[in-house]
Amino acid sequence: MKKRILTLLLLGISILSLTACGKNQSGENGEVVVYNWGEYIDPDVITSFEEETGIRVIYDEFETNEIMYPKVEAGASAYDVVCPSDYMIKKMIDNDLLAKLDFEKIPNAKKYIGQQYYDQSREFDPGNEYSIPYCWGTVGILYNKTMVTEPVDSWDILWDETYADNILMQDSVRDAFMVALKRAGASMNSLDETQLQEAKDMLIAQKPLVQAYVIDQVRDKMIGGEAALGVIYSGEAIYTQRENADLEYVIPKEGTNVWIDSWVIPKNAPNRENAEKFIDYMCRPEIALQNFEYITYSTPNEGARELIEDEDIKNSPIAFPDLSQYQNLETFSYLGEEGDALYNELWKEVKSE
Amino acid sequence: MNKKTLAFPYVFWAAAFIVIPLCMVFYYGMTDKTGAFTLSNIITIATAEHSKALLLSLELSFVSTVICFILAYPLAMMLTNMHVSTHSFIVLIFILPMWMNFLLRTLAWQTLLEKTGVINNVLAFLHLPALDIINTPGAIILGMVYNFLPFMVLPIYNALCKIDGNVINAARDLGANGIQTFLRITLPLSLPGIISGITMVFIPALTTFVISTLLGGSKILLIGNVIEQEFTQTGNWHLGSGLSIVLMIFIIVNMVVEAVFDREGEGNKL
Amino acid sequence: MKKTLRNFYIALIFLFLYAPIVTLIVLSFNASRSRAKWGGFTLKWYQSMFRNDAILQALSNTLLIAFLSALAATVIGTVACLSMQAMKRRHRAVIMGITNIPMLNADIVTGISLMLLFITLGLRFGFMTILLSHITFNIPYVILSVMPRMRQLNPSLYEAALDLGASHMQAFFKVVFPDILPGVLSGFLMAFTMSLDDFIITHFTKGPGVDTLSTKIYTEVKKGIKPEMYALSTLIFVTVLILLFLVNRPSAVKKETQTS
Repeated sequence: MKKRILTLLLLGISILSLTACGKNQSGENGEVVVYNWGEYIDPDVITSFEEETGIRVIYDEFETNEIMYPKVEAGASAYDVVCPSDYMIKKMIDNDLLAKLDFEKIPNAKKYIGQQYYDQSREFDPGNEYSIPYCWGTVGILYNKTMVTEPVDSWDILWDETYADNILMQDSVRDAFMVALKRAGASMNSLDETQLQEAKDMLIAQKPLVQAYVIDQVRDKMIGGEAALGVIYSGEAIYTQRENADLEYVIPKEGTNVWIDSWVIPKNAPNRENAEKFIDYMCRPEIALQNFEYITYSTPNEGARELIEDEDIKNSPIAFPDLSQYQNLETFSYLGEEGDALYNELWKEVKSE
Repeated sequence: MNKKTLAFPYVFWAAAFIVIPLCMVFYYGMTDKTGAFTLSNIITIATAEHSKALLLSLELSFVSTVICFILAYPLAMMLTNMHVSTHSFIVLIFILPMWMNFLLRTLAWQTLLEKTGVINNVLAFLHLPALDIINTPGAIILGMVYNFLPFMVLPIYNALCKIDGNVINAARDLGANGIQTFLRITLPLSLPGIISGITMVFIPALTTFVISTLLGGSKILLIGNVIEQEFTQTGNWHLGSGLSIVLMIFIIVNMVVEAVFDREGEGNKL
Repeated sequence: MKKTLRNFYIALIFLFLYAPIVTLIVLSFNASRSRAKWGGFTLKWYQSMFRNDAILQALSNTLLIAFLSALAATVIGTVACLSMQAMKRRHRAVIMGITNIPMLNADIVTGISLMLLFITLGLRFGFMTILLSHITFNIPYVILSVMPRMRQLNPSLYEAALDLGASHMQAFFKVVFPDILPGVLSGFLMAFTMSLDDFIITHFTKGPGVDTLSTKIYTEVKKGIKPEMYALSTLIFVTVLILLFLVNRPSAVKKETQTS
């Protein structure tokens, strides 16, 4: 009896396994291993790149810069193209993990990416040698108008008890501390012990009000009306508003984080030439536009912005904000190994509370 | 062909993929970034945030194990008393949920428990107060009990099945009542099953990081989460390994207990 | 009375075990993308699932890894059991002790220990590293299910076969193997299931572009799960369920008892 069950199951399993395998073709021109944020590219762009170049794209995703870094550092998964943010790029440069880019081989990068974004990049890549901007944006509060009736203009609302259990915070150390530091009027790159302790205490005080610490999940939860307020990247705002018209995005008056995510090539990249081709392809205006329409994150690609037909989106204050209107905007800087350790330590104290 | 040479492939495998990797955890756990010997990675368990995470893990896994046991023992007894030809079927029924991916099963609880989730919709329909346990330790305990219950039921069930019915009849004939028979015959004889059930529930519950992430909204930090984050986010393998060594102390205690009972079991068979 | 109480209790436990599974099956027919809303009945996720390369690739990886690792573990484990019979008691105890480690140890520790090993060896993370890890944690399940069968075996049978002129191979395949076969099969099945359900160890040993269903689901959970995943799991579940019912048909049971 038992034997019979087993043999039948085994048979089924073998058949399933055998039919399932056997579609692992490699591209005729090799491959390129891309390591990017979750939901940060239009899958059709990858397909069209593969068709045009014959290069197979192996695509992997990360949730936060902090998750990306140890993987690249360990070197056991050799990536060809990675898309970290500002401060993390600095950290990777400092620790000698990145290769200098050959801009001759990536002509579209200089042609279409706006000069202002390269200027901004100097903060973390002083010679503009290692990185090519891919997306940029701010961090703000997304709120549901049916659940929040008062005007939202300050980080303070995330500490308002009326919204207990209706607040979503970012589950990443720098973003969480940014919110608290900015609220306290400090720099989000602070290394001042007392300021950081104060920020930590604030986050601990906020914890009972927080429904969950999330990263990309904030999008679905806000669309589904699971929470009233969420800390979110500006790029998600357009997408979430499209899905749920009750949602509104604001940049708090205390200031926030202006970030750039850029393409870089790690030093140990096995397919350097393919990596360059990939980045160059991503910088094409029509591709950047297609991508923008899918992921709705602000593109630094001037060529692509020219191509946007919808005037509302082309001049949308969310997609392309005029940053001069806002005060206290900052970009994360790399805090050094000790700074990182300090932040991690404090964040762990918040989480274990 | 000598039977002893047959052992080589496995001995080699065990050395390469079980023993050496464990030695590496110990090596990393007892050195710092420069490679110098240190115990600080292990002592760090005493700091507030680590000990809190460990104590909470111990508490939650203890409660889950107890609940699993209370649910599983009567169930295993009932199943043992059922008709014989359905035995393998019952066992398979408990293994069957495993074919639905473990993460999805846990995620489904999120759907059930959420504020606007299924259970709360049903409760609201019945005009009952809402169940608000998502993102609390309660939800994590529920997730643990749900995921590990079969690991408690099956060993106890197997142990109970092995008990010779004649022994119980003999006890009855000799005048023992139901409770006496249970306490002095059934329970002691099923002890090996209970012990192995407890290990199979307690250890995964103690060390999980997935259930707490999915059902705890990342608000609750268990020791498994700390270790996972040291490896995947903070990139401090030394600290992560040191905390793993602390975890292993609990695991070794478990193994010793298991080994003691196993030896007795073997002795009984001979 | 007692019986109804008993059935009620069992039913309650089964409700607890199967409620999430029913939820997932229902969600696979939900036209709305959101888990929170019911948007009407649809089969579109089943259609788009078959066109979703990433999911199919993850499925094929999962099945292939489960099959290969269970197979390798079954061979290595069975041979190990065989050889352990001839060992001194003490040696056997040591080896069994080591065998127990991956089973009793926390998955997370096994996962990171293997990760550290692979990194030190300079292996490129990918299909191979996952496969090696899965074989490693599968072997104990095979040994533990073959070993009891092996112990029940009368050692003189093997000797007798040799005395009667059988070679070692013949003696093994004709005398020993048929007797331990049920143990070997259930070991294989156990290993296959464990490999299929593993997330933690794969999480630490996987490389770029190689996903099993578990790791794929974990990344999807973080960024919003695609309903195709519910559809796929429902299909897998229903397939196994049907297989189980087929072999448990009452007629099959009767036949079995008649022949035996």
